[in-house]
Amino acid sequence: MLAPNRRRRFPALGRGLLRKRDFYAGALMILFGLVMTLKGPTYRLGSLMHMGPGFMPTALGVILVLLGIAIAAPAAAVPDGEDEDILPEHPEWWGWACILAGPLAFILFGSYGGMAPGTFACVFVSALGDRSATYKSAAMLAAIVTVFGVSLFHYVLQVPMPVLEWRGF
Amino acid sequence: MIETAFTDLWYGFGVALEPHNIMWCFIGVLVGNMVGVLPGMGPLATISILLPLTFGIKPVGAILMLAGVMYGAQYGGAICSILLNLPCHPPHAVTCLDGFPMTQQGKGGVALGLTVFASFVGASWGITEMIFLAPLLVIAALQFGPAEICSLMLLGLLAGSTLARGSPVKGVAMTVLGLMLGIVGTDLETGAERFTFGMTHLDDGIELIALALGLFGIAEFMKSVNQVSVINAKYAKVRLRDMRPSKADFKRSIAPMFRGTLVGSLCALIPGTGPTIASFVAYATEKKISKTPEKFGTGMIEGVVCPEAATHSSVQGDFIPTMSLGIPGDAVMALLLGALMIQGIVPGPQLISEHPDIFWGLVASFWIGNILLVLLNVPLIGIWVKLLMIPYKYLYPSALFFVCIGVYAANNDMFQVGETVVIGILSYVLLLLGFHPAPILLGFVLGPRFEENFRRAMLISRGDLAVFIERPISALFILLCVVLIGAQIYVRLRGAKAVVPEPDALRSLESAE
Repeated sequence: MLAPNRRRRFPALGRGLLRKRDFYAGALMILFGLVMTLKGPTYRLGSLMHMGPGFMPTALGVILVLLGIAIAAPAAAVPDGEDEDILPEHPEWWGWACILAGPLAFILFGSYGGMAPGTFACVFVSALGDRSATYKSAAMLAAIVTVFGVSLFHYVLQVPMPVLEWRGF
Repeated sequence: MIETAFTDLWYGFGVALEPHNIMWCFIGVLVGNMVGVLPGMGPLATISILLPLTFGIKPVGAILMLAGVMYGAQYGGAICSILLNLPCHPPHAVTCLDGFPMTQQGKGGVALGLTVFASFVGASWGITEMIFLAPLLVIAALQFGPAEICSLMLLGLLAGSTLARGSPVKGVAMTVLGLMLGIVGTDLETGAERFTFGMTHLDDGIELIALALGLFGIAEFMKSVNQVSVINAKYAKVRLRDMRPSKADFKRSIAPMFRGTLVGSLCALIPGTGPTIASFVAYATEKKISKTPEKFGTGMIEGVVCPEAATHSSVQGDFIPTMSLGIPGDAVMALLLGALMIQGIVPGPQLISEHPDIFWGLVASFWIGNILLVLLNVPLIGIWVKLLMIPYKYLYPSALFFVCIGVYAANNDMFQVGETVVIGILSYVLLLLGFHPAPILLGFVLGPRFEENFRRAMLISRGDLAVFIERPISALFILLCVVLIGAQIYVRLRGAKAVVPEPDALRSLESAE
């Protein structure tokens, strides 16, 4: 099933890999499905009457592979249409990185320093993702959210996390 | 039958009017109303953020509050659509078409006033429906064996994923992905660890809150960062006395209001068709019935009240299958059901008899909440519009902190914050690839129960798959599934024609759930 699609797609490859949204969408589903189909049987399949833990994952995996083919095949068969770019018109790499770095900073500083440093780091880092943000504005916002957040979550809702504590590496 | 419904309802009011419960309901609708106005913050993200905060309170209070956020947001969404032409929330996208032109003509206040009224009418009908239909459904559902439950869940999953926006095949793929995520963790029957990849943190499965906040929090922020444009609030000044409709306007909107309510309640009965579809269908119907269809889009009050009434009637109606059968119709309902499960309450037909305080308290709180919303909405519109002026650059970092602390507080586990980030990345990739991730949550919540019932049905029938079509009720559900898929293929082949014209504003809505 895949081979002829590949062949038809080949000329398009030169014009940019990140086109053909549906083709990659289907491919991703096939990938997920294959992982399940291959990993499922290692959990013991069992019979229909006495299903083992591997039965459902394997069955779902097969279904997902079929769905993936159903998504990808029509996309690969027709020539490139308009609006097939996967990335948005103006990719916000910096913004995305900051948003993802925020929670990671929370994990890092929260684990080693407590709630206050974790909160400050999380808000500060993620606030930098906005194009108009400055270090000063981000720090201001982070400070305000830290004061508010710590008083709400530590003192009012009593989330068991120390406010400020050095745990060392 | 009717008499017991009234005594139960009376009892429900007793529960809902307890001081702390009424407080939670009030907080819920207030927060909901607020986030309904804010672009880039939907009820889904809000409910997920609030979910960990509800662990400390009793189940009744928790569910009243979370449900309040849900329908409170519907009142807020209309404000955004009518005054600012911003379709922040999918169900209210069509309201922009005629709502904003009315605002430009200086009749925004009238539109809002009538919308609040229409919303209340729609919601009231939805609640009434719930009072009488839910107990009836339960009587039927109590006869269900594992085979029936399985086919019913299959129908719910299929309907929830194919009738939502976007390509049906992609929707089903998302549901399957959700079912798969639900499998991660220790198998309840055999104790086998599945897809944990050696990580002991995953033994208890993926945390619902981490999944929901990854899907609707982090991915949503990634989509909106630096994208939310400056809001044009030129027309957004509405005074209280502007909201009183003239007699002629009122008369014109009575009939559309009831038609919308009817459409909404019908949509609520079909599993999977949520408020968004209800409002679009209502608008299309109203346009078709109207003697002057060409005037739609220029500020017809009918085009505002009809979809709004439909939305509210459908939102309340969506609670019927969720509470009486334990089958949620969309992602929000799946989340509410998840909230109940976290509190240790097993959803399903036995819920009403085992936890009458939750069910009847919820129904009664709907009335209270909706009355509160009507009273609140009028004076608060000005404040909400001011709130809109808070730039997104302050909003999302603060929300991100709430996401982190919320996920952490659920189990005091930093690992789950990392889980949320990973799910957020995956979910954003899925968004970029043109998937709508909402059905993932549906599959995730129903998955474990689906597997359990499927196994049980197979055990009882000695491994014979025919059991699903031999038992009449189950066969009916399977037949409906087949009809559903058949209809989808038919529409595909015929080439679906859009009933409602999509203005540019609606296009930005793509994947905005």
